Amino acid sequence: MKAFSVSKAVTALMLAGLVLLPLYSHLTGNIFILTLFTRIIILALAAASLNLIMGFGGMMSFGHAAYLGIGGYAVGMLAQEGVGSGFIQFPVALAASATYALVIGALSLRTRGVYFIMITLAFAQMAYYVASGLARYGGDDGLTVYKRSDFSGLINLGDRMQFYYLCLACLLGVIFLIWRIVNSRFGLVVQGLRSNEQRMQAIGFAAKRYQLVCFVISGTMCGLAGALLANNTDFVSPAVMYWTRSGDLMVMVILGGMGTLFGPIMGAVVFLLLEEFLSQITEYWALIMGPLLLLIVLFGRGGIMGALGRAGRG
Amino acid sequence: MAEPLLRVEKLVRRFGGIIATDNVSLEVASGELHAIIGPNGAGKTTLISQLTGHLEPHSGSVSLAGRDITYLPAYRRCALGLARSFQITSLLLDFTAADNVALAAQAHAGTSFRFFANARKEKGLRDAAHAALDRVGLLHRADVVVSRLSHGERRELELAVALASKPKLLLLDEPMAGLGVTESQRMVKLLQELRKEVSIVLVEHDMPAVFALADRISVLVYGRVIASGDPAAIRQNEDVKRAYLGDQHVVTHHG
Repeated sequence: MKAFSVSKAVTALMLAGLVLLPLYSHLTGNIFILTLFTRIIILALAAASLNLIMGFGGMMSFGHAAYLGIGGYAVGMLAQEGVGSGFIQFPVALAASATYALVIGALSLRTRGVYFIMITLAFAQMAYYVASGLARYGGDDGLTVYKRSDFSGLINLGDRMQFYYLCLACLLGVIFLIWRIVNSRFGLVVQGLRSNEQRMQAIGFAAKRYQLVCFVISGTMCGLAGALLANNTDFVSPAVMYWTRSGDLMVMVILGGMGTLFGPIMGAVVFLLLEEFLSQITEYWALIMGPLLLLIVLFGRGGIMGALGRAGRG
Repeated sequence: MAEPLLRVEKLVRRFGGIIATDNVSLEVASGELHAIIGPNGAGKTTLISQLTGHLEPHSGSVSLAGRDITYLPAYRRCALGLARSFQITSLLLDFTAADNVALAAQAHAGTSFRFFANARKEKGLRDAAHAALDRVGLLHRADVVVSRLSHGERRELELAVALASKPKLLLLDEPMAGLGVTESQRMVKLLQELRKEVSIVLVEHDMPAVFALADRISVLVYGRVIASGDPAAIRQNEDVKRAYLGDQHVVTHHG
């Protein structure tokens, strides 16, 4: 028997809440909460993908929002060109994200530390400006997606509840994959490299190869979030790739707990709910949000999951 | 004569104006324990780093079992049977002792591009890890996170990690560094066991240990090998006495 743990209990509670949320929304007729949580789940998926390289792999990517844009533009641009099938849009979104990650990763992983942060940021900003320059696809103003991805009767993304469950399934699927990966041979190598690269080289691992593959897996997962996000907002614009969005994702990961499986979900839920409710109270919500996050990061080592873990040990 | 396991020829490495490795040549025969001694700043760690591939020489060559490895990266040398321990303990601090060793075994047991199966449940890797831990007397600490191990235990774990890759040649960079008297004695005993199975290059300050263990000793001073021979010959060597040992009571009182 495993001992009762607070973090496990809270995680289970949160997951149950996410599964039952559409029921609540249906019973109370509160549609707003369903749309809000659809967005939260999609960004949680993006945060979870960032956590794979940042939390487990020790690679501080400050350009992760680029994949949200790439996944989103893949859907938007194909829709614009008359390709409405999700069976084409989604694989293209994933492939485009993977390709971008491969190129960016191969270049960025030559550097370490602050330089890695700066170079990933620079590439994401480049992607932002490229998207701004796409006159055919709305340029600065962005691109409206008039019709959501069509999965020919299998699932209807236009239906709020179906779309919500699709996003949730994607999130849980990705968390499951990450769980398998971090405990696999590959995952141990990647985490070993985070811990001590020199040692890993000395026992015979070619560091960069493993880190690059991890970087590509993470980028592909985030591309999925991008494709979902474009469907959720029926719109994609360069703004989703802006560096502040990458920063938001990092904050979600750190807030929830780096290198924990469910931390990014926790972080996304808390971050986005705070943002939502504070912005209803005052337009200067960032003034409250900023110090609040600072306090959590300064005093809550290991984020929310870390705090819950300590609470569990008493 | 048979090809030596390790052959170093005319190795030169400079740092700015300082020649840290000055035309070093040495050979390590298979089965031999070859010690490299020298005062602080003699260039021992620089030499070791060139053998392991963490530093490139400016000229000269290093070959392992007849194969030129002068410019191979560290991880490739490891695959060819070269393992090392670090002077300053270098381990995965947030992993358990068993994980540290199992990863070394994993590096030499098929591809690590496996993404799904739980590597901690691979019996072959765990068995190899436990065997290596048992070898250095750390089996009872297998599931302890490294950051909670004592310094002495970490030194032993370094050795277990090196052993797990089943090396032909073990490069030990000051394995006794920072050990207490009893811990040092245990380490000497352990090395006496290990030398029966694997060739060893030992860089060490602990003179009694070196003279008790080594088949041959090379003395490094200012980056140059000033003498090379068996312990008796080194003890008699006038150059060594003058250049390095000075008041050499540490050597003469032993043995």
